[in-house]
Amino acid sequence: MINDRTFAISVRNVVKQFGRFAALRGVTAEFDAGRFHAILGDNGAGKTTLLRALAGLAQPTQGTISIFGKAPREACRDLGYMAHPSLLYDEMTGMENLRYFARLYGIAGDARCAEVIRAVGLDPQLMRSVGQYSQGMRQRMSLARAILHDPTLLLLDEPFSNVDVHSAHEMVGLLKGMREAGKTIFVVTHQAALLEGVADEFVWMQEGLIVDRTASATRGVSGGVQ
Amino acid sequence: MKRAFSIFSVITAVLLVYGLYQALVGAPTERTMGDVQRIFYYHVPSAWTAFCLFLTNLVASIIYLIRKSAWADALAVAAAEVGVVFCTIVLITGPIWARPVWGIWWTWDVRLTTTLVLWLIYVSYLVLRRFSDTAQTPILAAVLAIFGALDVPLVYFSIWFFRTQHPQPVMGRGGSLDPRMLHAFLINLLAFSCFGAMVCWARFRLEQLKRDVDQAHAMESLAGASEPAKASLPLSRSSR
Amino acid sequence: MNSFWDLMLATLVKDIRLEWRSKDALNSMLFFSLLVVVIFSFSFDPNAEESRQIAGGLVWVAFLFASVVALNQTWARELRNQVLDAYRVSPAPANALFLAKALGNFIFVILLEAVMTPLFIVFYNLRALGPAWQLIPVGVLGTWALVVNGTFFAALSLRTRSREIMLPLLLFPISIPAIQGMVEATRILLAGDGSARFWIVLLLTYDVVFTTACLGLFGTILHAE
Repeated sequence: MINDRTFAISVRNVVKQFGRFAALRGVTAEFDAGRFHAILGDNGAGKTTLLRALAGLAQPTQGTISIFGKAPREACRDLGYMAHPSLLYDEMTGMENLRYFARLYGIAGDARCAEVIRAVGLDPQLMRSVGQYSQGMRQRMSLARAILHDPTLLLLDEPFSNVDVHSAHEMVGLLKGMREAGKTIFVVTHQAALLEGVADEFVWMQEGLIVDRTASATRGVSGGVQ
Repeated sequence: MKRAFSIFSVITAVLLVYGLYQALVGAPTERTMGDVQRIFYYHVPSAWTAFCLFLTNLVASIIYLIRKSAWADALAVAAAEVGVVFCTIVLITGPIWARPVWGIWWTWDVRLTTTLVLWLIYVSYLVLRRFSDTAQTPILAAVLAIFGALDVPLVYFSIWFFRTQHPQPVMGRGGSLDPRMLHAFLINLLAFSCFGAMVCWARFRLEQLKRDVDQAHAMESLAGASEPAKASLPLSRSSR
Repeated sequence: MNSFWDLMLATLVKDIRLEWRSKDALNSMLFFSLLVVVIFSFSFDPNAEESRQIAGGLVWVAFLFASVVALNQTWARELRNQVLDAYRVSPAPANALFLAKALGNFIFVILLEAVMTPLFIVFYNLRALGPAWQLIPVGVLGTWALVVNGTFFAALSLRTRSREIMLPLLLFPISIPAIQGMVEATRILLAGDGSARFWIVLLLTYDVVFTTACLGLFGTILHAE
């Protein structure tokens, strides 16, 4: 396992099986620290399953995942997760939500919560409950929740879906800044164009396997099944 | 493996036939209850077999929780299914015996009631297995098995105490056993135990084969395949 | 350890606040409890002596059905927007979440019982002939018995199809000794028919055994996927 320390994230022969269907069919890959990886592919390719496995939310049927040398659950303080559902309580305000989630990470006080809310371009004083936010605002607040504890690894699943252009660009800008600050970022998305020039690498998945890794969002004829 | 199973099946069949003969012909007719008492040679061995199988399920479940071994889960489901069948036999033969002898179909006596609760717990176990998302079924089922095991002694004691306060006819053999009856009983006990083990073993192998097929199906290469692998169960939201 | 209780309390307060803001479950549950009592009263219309014998059973069966409806709602809030994932991915201890949910349910069910009990007393002309104060430990221990396993099985049912029916299906068989304890103890205390001590001890044992089991295994089922 010594090799795991040279890479931030190491995925070894990971299989995730649901009855007769395998969402992941033996994924093996290694990812450097401090890089921005976009994960692309059709529906059913296994992108979300892979991300959830990295987050420790799904246990692989076979294989191992190592994050900074630890199992995903042990590395939970170092990782932040965001998905297409907001992972927020609709009936509370943004600040109330973050105050609660801050407690899960042992963060006391409002200062940090206000700081991240401002970082995603929202107002900490907003008294509106999250359920009344627009999709763009909700995704941004969800991102704020994910970065609350200043994780070194960010796992984002379709953060830009159904989000207005302005919010999407704000988020991309924020992520770019975080990558420059040395964070490792994984984004699953269908909107590869948004990350062109921002992501260091594009990881292509198909039918439960990684089929290609390119530097650009336009996939050339570099192998891979169509 | 297959030969051992065949030999074992033959031995079991012989024991069952011999046991049947002993139960219906070899053992003498009971004085007070008459021929209906012969059901005892099926009622008690079935209960014994059911309890052994449920205990197997418990042990297999604990092993699964600790070591996550797939075989342990396969054994757990096999033992549970076969156990429920034998438990059903107990619950059916009980009233059939009770009605002619004591005049009532059902008595909330300790053993029968505990058996009923055990049956309910394991039926709910099987329902849970069927209704849960495949990836999590083994863990959830194993946890339920442990809860069931913790419950059974409490059930036993609560009914036992209730019965001391509100006595009712106890279903049992009554008195000592004639040696020929004891012989018939022991033979049937052995025969049923072997039969239970044999069916459980077969079910276990079947379960393992099924899992192997599922895994092969899931992992098959799709390059050049005519049809993509279809999911046979509703996909959870994490299947993308 | 300090942060464990802080977190549990924060979760409990959050749940109460959310419940208060939406008042979804609360209002409908209160009305449902009332309906249950009325229907039972129509169905079983005994004289005073008979009612003392069966009231114990009726009351607890009514509580059982009302609490199952309430328990099903417990985790519903965590499923909306997949908020539960936010908890699962964090380092927060699973048991803090479990205890918060169980206590929240406990408070909720006690509230329902507080509404239903006076109604039962009125409809059945109930009066305790035994030491009435003992009904309090019976009530507390019995309710906790239903709630602790109910919360656990509700969480377990989250990962199943037909979630609403799975909860009672799993809960009822396991609860049988506890239900017998509650019903017998109540009957004895109402009818003044001996000592309820065995049943109270049984309920206490049940509570200790299953609270331990729930705390020991909740982490396992929370993180199972």
